[in-house]
Amino acid sequence: MLAAVGLPLAVAATSPLLEWRGPVYIIAGLAGVAALGVLLVQPLLAFDRLPGLRGRVAHRWLGAGLVMLILVHVAGLWITSPPDVIDALTFTSPTPFSAWGVIAMWAAFGAAGLAAVRRRLSPRFFRPAHTALILVVVTGTIVHALLIVGTMGVVTKWALCLLVAAVTLWVVAGRRAWVPLLRRSGRADTPRRQD
Amino acid sequence: MPTFPRRTLLIGAAAALAAPVLFRPARAQGLAPTPTMRGGANNYRPGAPIVERIGGGGFLMTGSVRRAGDGAPLAGRRIQVWAHTTEGHERDARSHGATLTDAEGRFALDMPQIVPAFGQPHGHLAYDSDYDDGGFRTVFLRPIMGSPGDRTLDVAFVLEPA
Repeated sequence: MLAAVGLPLAVAATSPLLEWRGPVYIIAGLAGVAALGVLLVQPLLAFDRLPGLRGRVAHRWLGAGLVMLILVHVAGLWITSPPDVIDALTFTSPTPFSAWGVIAMWAAFGAAGLAAVRRRLSPRFFRPAHTALILVVVTGTIVHALLIVGTMGVVTKWALCLLVAAVTLWVVAGRRAWVPLLRRSGRADTPRRQD
Repeated sequence: MPTFPRRTLLIGAAAALAAPVLFRPARAQGLAPTPTMRGGANNYRPGAPIVERIGGGGFLMTGSVRRAGDGAPLAGRRIQVWAHTTEGHERDARSHGATLTDAEGRFALDMPQIVPAFGQPHGHLAYDSDYDDGGFRTVFLRPIMGSPGDRTLDVAFVLEPA
């Protein structure tokens, strides 16, 4: 786990491209890489698949951290080149990866927002909704990262993206997050699982 | 929301880089004018000086400027170039410079090596009618290099009479 997140970060943090970037731009880029790494850990924490950690508590803190990383990423890019970020946020960018990143950003804010008001939500609504948004986050982030020619190494970037996709699907499939939806519509024929 | 084919994943960054510049023919006959590209004017600093080269040089931005319709080469047209290079960000004044086309409508400007920034190794070029008396419409281009290691980039302008 440390290697899966640490190696891509280390490669990006030592990229030759950094020589020609200002500190704000460098921090913005690394915040994006770190956010991708957070996506690998979050599903495991959410369902206590990591030994020795109080998963749910860590999941909430790291979720807040993810929102912060996204804000640092976007703010840093904005400071570096305002028109490029405005283009991205308004979906008028010439670079296709921008739209994927912005979609993932809003989905992440949505997922975090749902978590923040979770106690006021029905559990039957929260889990499928949170999970659906996370699938958008993961898909959008992976496409965003893979389309970018930047500081990340090709091998470590693909490896981390594939891991994030695999772990997300594994956890989502294992937890059958869509079951409450089926149950509500009366189509679920599976017995209730213990949470 | 625009739809993106899933095969984008497989083709990856190479496809984005290799994506050809799309020229939409605006006229049924003759050479169609080059449309301004999305993001082409980003970080533009109008009125950069005409220079022999930008900074220390090492990367060659070349191109042609022709008239829409008959394709006649346009001499003495001012083309401004800027990019994120080994010597500065796009917004930095030192990253900007301009040059004039020769009798064949060609231009060439030595500049620092362009490096990938904001996800793609790309340059910016402008034909700005405010700095030219020739009566053609302003065009901003944002060409993408085929590879981050390229040492040159050739860009075609086809200008539309104003």
